Amino acid sequence: MDPASKLSVDAFKNDQVPHIIVRQEICLQCDLKPCLRICPAGLYSISEETREILLEYTGCLECGSCRVVCPHGALEWYYPRGGFGVQYRYG
Amino acid sequence: MEQVDVVVVGGGIGGLTCAYCLAQEGMQVLVLERGDHPGSKNVTGGRIYLRPLQSYLPEILNAAPLERAVTKEVITMMGEDSSCTVQFTSDKFREQPLHSHTILRSRFDKWFGERVIEKGGFIIPQRRVTDLMKDDGRIVGVVSEEEEIPANVVVAADGALSLMAEQAGLRGPLAPRYAAVALKEVIKFTPEIIEERFGLAPGEGAAHLFFGSITQGIFGGGFLYTNRDTISLGVVLGIESFVQSGQAAETHQIFEAFKDRKEIASLLKDGKLVEYSAHLIPEGGNRPLPQPYGDGILVVGDAAGFTLNLGVTVRGMEYAVASGYLAAQTIKKAKVMGDFSASTLAQYETLLRESFVLQDMNTFRNSLDILENRRMVGFYPQWICKVLEEIFWIGEGPKKRISATAWNGVKEGLLNPTGLKDLWRLKRI
Repeated sequence: MDPASKLSVDAFKNDQVPHIIVRQEICLQCDLKPCLRICPAGLYSISEETREILLEYTGCLECGSCRVVCPHGALEWYYPRGGFGVQYRYG
Repeated sequence: MEQVDVVVVGGGIGGLTCAYCLAQEGMQVLVLERGDHPGSKNVTGGRIYLRPLQSYLPEILNAAPLERAVTKEVITMMGEDSSCTVQFTSDKFREQPLHSHTILRSRFDKWFGERVIEKGGFIIPQRRVTDLMKDDGRIVGVVSEEEEIPANVVVAADGALSLMAEQAGLRGPLAPRYAAVALKEVIKFTPEIIEERFGLAPGEGAAHLFFGSITQGIFGGGFLYTNRDTISLGVVLGIESFVQSGQAAETHQIFEAFKDRKEIASLLKDGKLVEYSAHLIPEGGNRPLPQPYGDGILVVGDAAGFTLNLGVTVRGMEYAVASGYLAAQTIKKAKVMGDFSASTLAQYETLLRESFVLQDMNTFRNSLDILENRRMVGFYPQWICKVLEEIFWIGEGPKKRISATAWNGVKEGLLNPTGLKDLWRLKRI
C-alpha cells in the first residue's frame, strides 16, 4: 500500500500555513538528500524542473525524522500550530 | 497570563505523571498539550511493564485502560526467505500485579489526563509551546502561540525530539546517531480472531519482535503487539544507520516489504488498517541527557532520553512515569524552599540515580554499541536460518550427520575471530 492511501485513514486538521519550511538554497547544495527517503509518509520529492525539494506538509505525521536526518539544518521545523495536524485516535 | 507554579510541556505519560503528582499535593500545575487531547500526538509500539512502577503510581496504572496482558514473548530472526522463531510463555506473566500490558496511547493518555483534572490539575489542549521564556539564562516560563506563561518551573515532557531541551541548552539538536524512526500501522480485527490467530486466551496478548533481513542491513527491527481488537505492527530504523546503509529504499517501502513477508502477511489477513503513524524513538545508546535539569527546568521521559533498548526488550514508558514522578518530588521540595534554581533542582538527578531509571541506564550504557553491530541484523539472523534450513532439509542424496551440519554452521558463524569477538562483546549487554 502506498503512503498516500495509508494517510487517508488518519484524522488530519490541516493548517493553511506550512509548519516546515525548506531552505531551498541549502538543499540545492546537498548531494545526499536523505529527506527524500526517510519520511514515513513519503512527503518529500524533488522537482524535475527546478531541482527544488517539494514538501507536501499536509500529510505530516510529525515524527521529526526529516529534522534529525537533514545534514545541513536546511529545515525551519516547527510542530503544527496547536489543534492542527494529525490527531491520532489509537496511538 | 499570571504566573503559575509549574508548566508541563506535553501531555504524554511522563508529563501527566508529573502533573498528577503535583496536583495531588495541591500545587498549581498547567499542562500544555498541542493536540486535541493528551495522547492525540503520541505513539507507542507498544507495551508497558507494570512491575517497576508499583511504588510510583499503582492506583493509576492498575485502573488504566490498557489492552492485553502480555503472556507470550516471541522473537523471530529473519533470513532472506526463511525465519526462526523463539516463543516464551510463563505463568509468572499471569500473576498479579500483571507483568506487562500492551497499550494504545491515544486512549490511555486521554484517560490519564482526565485523572489529572480530577486532582485539580489544568490541561489546556490545542496549545503548542514555541519558546522558553528566559531571564538572565534562567528559564522563567514558556511562550505558547505568542502568549507568555510565566512559571516557577517548566517541565519539558515534549518527547524524543524535545525542542525544549534543545532551547534550554541541555543538548544540541537531536543527532541521527541517537534517534530511530518508528513506522506503525494499527490494524483492526475482532478479539476472537486475534486470540485464535495468535493462540491467546481471552484478554491475554503477545509481544513479538523481529530482527534480520527485514531491515535490509539497517539497525532496527520489526514489532507486533496484540491489542484488544487491533494489532500494532511496525518497523524501527536507526536514522544514522539508515543513511549509512546506502539503501535506496524509502522507510515506508521497507515497512511494506516487511508486511509482504509470508510470515507476516498470513497474520494480517482480513485485517482493516485503521491508523498509520510515525514517531521518533530516542536511541541514545542508553545514554540519557548528561544533565536533565537546569535553572527553572526539568526534563522527563523520552525528552531526557530515558529509554532502554536491549534488543529483546524495548522500554520507555516506565522511565517516563518514574522520571515524571521524581520530577514532581523535586518540585515539591523546591516549592517548600522557594528556590527553583539548578542547585535545588539537581535533587532530581540524585533521585533518578537512586531509582531504576539511571541505574538501568548505567547498567546497560554500552548495550546499544553492541546491538548496533551490523552483523547483529545483517549476518546472525540469516546465519541461524541457514543452518536450520540445512538441518531440516531432506534432499535427493544421502544426508550428512546433523551434528556435522550443526558443527560446520557453528564454525562458519561463530568460531572465527569476528564471531568470537562478537560473542565476547555480548557479555557487556
